Amino acid sequence: MQIKDLLCTNGIATTCASRMLAEYIPVYDATAVARLREHGAVLLGKGNMDEFGMGSSTENSAFFPTRNPWDTGRVPGGSSGGSAAAVSAGAAPFALGTDTGGSIRQPASFCGVTGLKPTYGRVSRYGLVAYASSLDQVGPIARDAADCALILQSIAGHDSRDATSLPDAVPDYSAALTGDISGLRLGVPSEYFAEGMDAGVRAAVTAAIDQLAALGAEIREVSLPTTQYALACYYIIAPSECSANLARYDGVKYGYSHQGDGDMWEAMERTRQHGFGPEVKRRIMLGAFALSSGYYDAYYHKAQQVRTLIRQDFAHVFEEVDALAAPVSPVVAFPIGERTDDPVRMYLVDVYTLPVNMAGLPAMSVPCGFSNGLPVGLQLIGPHLSEDRLLNIAHTYQQATEWHRERPGI
Amino acid sequence: MGCEITPSSKFDRKNYFYPDLPKNYQISQYDIPLCQNGQVSFEFEGELRTVALRRIHLEEDAGKSIHAEVTGDPTRSFMDFNRAGVPLLEIVSEPELHSPEEAIAYCRAVKEILEYIEVSDCNMEEGSLRCEPNLSLRPKGSKELGTRTEIKNKNSFQELIDAMEYEVKRQARILDAGEEVVQETLLFDASTGKTVAMRGKEEADDYRYFPEPDLVHVQISDEWIEESQPTLPELPAARRKRFISDYDISPDNAEFLTNTRPLAEFFDEAARLSGEPTTCANWIMGDLTRLLNTAEIEIQDAKVTPAHLNELIQLIGDATISGKIAKSVLDDAFETGKMPKQIVSEKGLAQITDTSEIETIVLQVVEENPGPAQDYRDGTKKAIGFLVGQVMRATRGKANPQLVNEILTRVLSTD
Repeated sequence: MQIKDLLCTNGIATTCASRMLAEYIPVYDATAVARLREHGAVLLGKGNMDEFGMGSSTENSAFFPTRNPWDTGRVPGGSSGGSAAAVSAGAAPFALGTDTGGSIRQPASFCGVTGLKPTYGRVSRYGLVAYASSLDQVGPIARDAADCALILQSIAGHDSRDATSLPDAVPDYSAALTGDISGLRLGVPSEYFAEGMDAGVRAAVTAAIDQLAALGAEIREVSLPTTQYALACYYIIAPSECSANLARYDGVKYGYSHQGDGDMWEAMERTRQHGFGPEVKRRIMLGAFALSSGYYDAYYHKAQQVRTLIRQDFAHVFEEVDALAAPVSPVVAFPIGERTDDPVRMYLVDVYTLPVNMAGLPAMSVPCGFSNGLPVGLQLIGPHLSEDRLLNIAHTYQQATEWHRERPGI
Repeated sequence: MGCEITPSSKFDRKNYFYPDLPKNYQISQYDIPLCQNGQVSFEFEGELRTVALRRIHLEEDAGKSIHAEVTGDPTRSFMDFNRAGVPLLEIVSEPELHSPEEAIAYCRAVKEILEYIEVSDCNMEEGSLRCEPNLSLRPKGSKELGTRTEIKNKNSFQELIDAMEYEVKRQARILDAGEEVVQETLLFDASTGKTVAMRGKEEADDYRYFPEPDLVHVQISDEWIEESQPTLPELPAARRKRFISDYDISPDNAEFLTNTRPLAEFFDEAARLSGEPTTCANWIMGDLTRLLNTAEIEIQDAKVTPAHLNELIQLIGDATISGKIAKSVLDDAFETGKMPKQIVSEKGLAQITDTSEIETIVLQVVEENPGPAQDYRDGTKKAIGFLVGQVMRATRGKANPQLVNEILTRVLSTD
């Protein structure tokens, strides 16, 4: 297995793709890692990523960008780009990634592999370096749904060391792969098929939905009106939490520590100035601002209220349907360097994945075709703790199609 | 303390940078604390004072900074993270204390309650109890509170008083000069007796509080409160009142006997078993305390139990042993843990109460000491003391002194 470098591995460097932790070696395994080891998984290496999980292309790694195996001039997606690329290129049979705003699903879709973000709290965050505590989740990236089911089985379940981990029992995910989705009510949210989507993506996703209909699903048009607010909501809440979560990196206890003249405060400032990359600094500043007195009500508090509305939107829709089908991203893998000058343009590739994290729901990315030779992912979203249902839908689809078996030429 | 318990309280992050705070935020409770309102009552200058509480909340401790004053090395400071993350209970009163002495009385009352309910061992030297006064001055008659300062770093109640008294003078000097007091946190330097401003930018103006996403809400149900209520021990003030009214002991003695919870419980049980609270009190405050102090142990670690004391009192009461012998029996019981009856029989300490046996010895002593006997008959009544002493000696202290007195008096009077 490959483990995204945001998860602690005992005795093995865990850098979070940051200069700040370039030489940091944890003294314990993250729970998800420990559980996989207990089940006999062998660690092949740590996965490159966007620094501290912040990014959508793995170009924010402090060390080097990872290249998409389908076209090495293009990004693999992010922030779990290294993990998705490794599985896609056959370098590892599966990997553990993390997803805060789409960081498992989007790179899985860009690299043509299968990824799953579990329900918030389904997998322990103990040992996961925190970016946005109320959004982060650990999940599998693998060649197909059946493999994802095996991996999820090993890592899911309550952990007393994570107060936010759910006490609910873990079902038998592999047993849920019946290959039968007849009667499944599948919702298609109209807001996820807006203007500006890549035509090839639209075509591939629409074809996939038709295929699911052929397999027995009942397709229904639904609406999630709060979709348009999810991006703004995310880019207030996530940076706010990250501004506190990354405050600990000050060179006092571990990690990069700036030495030189000046007092302790200056040393801390220089440590953070040199240790963090530009996107990380951008989000810390955004977050500190959103939480500051005088602005807290207008930004952070407001965003949390909008978040409740987003959650309610989904809950409402799931009274009518059993799952949702949508694109993972409006685009396919873009050239390296194409969006690095425009942060907002970069943020936009996650518009369809962000709302899911806001609501804490489980979702998958399933390979469903190509656009101009580049992989397209179908996103399946389910209600709280419906991983078994999503895995079955994906599995059934993968029994009837060959997209997930395609391999890049390298 | 009569607080309202919040049914669902949450934790918040208090964000500021300081090297002794590992995450550079402290998990605390901002707007929805565990408890709100409530009060603490205590005796002060002969009156009952009640101070209102604002809130009680949980937060995590930071680490400890170790600077040059301790290490002697001015070029470096050290951080001890051992206590970082340990939970603290913060009890905040309303600003209703009007003198350093009153503040101390309040602190002692709170400490007593916390010790009684076994929440903390309240050791100021070790840091398991920290009292942080917030102090301000205002012109007499003014209703508005002045600018306050907070004082940290006191390791004993004495230092606490010294710190407050110094700060009162310091603020008075500033205000008399027409200047303003700066709101800040001060450290008390015990070596100079002064308060000094804390080093570094520890006070951030804006803590950017937001709900702690790594912890869930703390839910406390009414059922749990109802179930827990009866398990709470009787608090010291209530217990003292009960001792005074039910057992008829003096307020000073009640104070002594409720000094610690184990001591109060020992006395309570012994009084209940024996039905003689005053006698129990005397034994506890006298001989038992002496034995505990010499052995340097607390009553809960002693081998002597209320049952021991009760048996001892019974043995005195039915005249099996004299008060004097009882002292040595107690010493023995304290050493060995054996019950008094067993000690008395093993060592043959039972009093001689057989009047004819005593009379025989009395007659013998009177015969051997004609001088003092005559003195008594001639009017020197206290000469009998010597003769009693002789009888006691002859019986190795086992004769019942009262009987000896009676018989001697009779013998001397009839002769």
